[in-house]
Amino acid sequence: MAADVRLLTASFDPGAELAAFCAGQDAAGGIVSFLGQVRCGEGVEALELRHYEPLTLPGMQALAEEAQRRWPLDGLLILHRSGTMAPGDPIVLVASAARHRRDAFAAAEFAMDHLKSESWFWKREKAAGAWRWIEPRAVDFADLRRWDENAAV
Amino acid sequence: MAKLVFLGRLEDVAGGAERQVAGGSLADVLDALEPDLAAELAADRIRLALNGTLVADRAAVVLAEGDELAFLPPVSGG
Repeated sequence: MAADVRLLTASFDPGAELAAFCAGQDAAGGIVSFLGQVRCGEGVEALELRHYEPLTLPGMQALAEEAQRRWPLDGLLILHRSGTMAPGDPIVLVASAARHRRDAFAAAEFAMDHLKSESWFWKREKAAGAWRWIEPRAVDFADLRRWDENAAV
Repeated sequence: MAKLVFLGRLEDVAGGAERQVAGGSLADVLDALEPDLAAELAADRIRLALNGTLVADRAAVVLAEGDELAFLPPVSGG
């Protein structure tokens, strides 16, 4: 199964992407999807994600391969925006299809946790007319450590 | 000449996303920059990529003609 992994520099339609992904998943018993979007409110006027061409997409592809290695998946979709977005715009869409739901849930969450804190993106927000870089949060690293294969369960 | 690439907030510190520099060791390259920028770039939490490959040993970095060295601060995606 080849994963569909894309780095997008323009807005996308999550509903249409998810419908297209589901259309090819007759063998799957469950499909889990996660959509991340720019929050409305909190004074945020715009959000910008930067990427570094030589690292970002190859890193996303390696992440997809690792998810496929860990769980028996019938399909995997990872879409991530770069560029400037407005409140309400989609940022990231992850979908995983598997014979059984637990594999699909786990693979989608694994992919999201790694996209948040290990993929090559840098984020800044515009509020009150001023841009501010967003540093990673401690909870993002805690989320990531849960997937350490050597950690005690 | 070699190219330095500054990602994330390092772009603001450097005053631009890229800069052309003379080659040499990483220490030589940093010495030629503004002291406050050099100090930020030398921090442990800044990762380096030379021509698209992550650098494991900073001390071994030597920039040759046409090389691209990227400075990567902690990421924040999703």
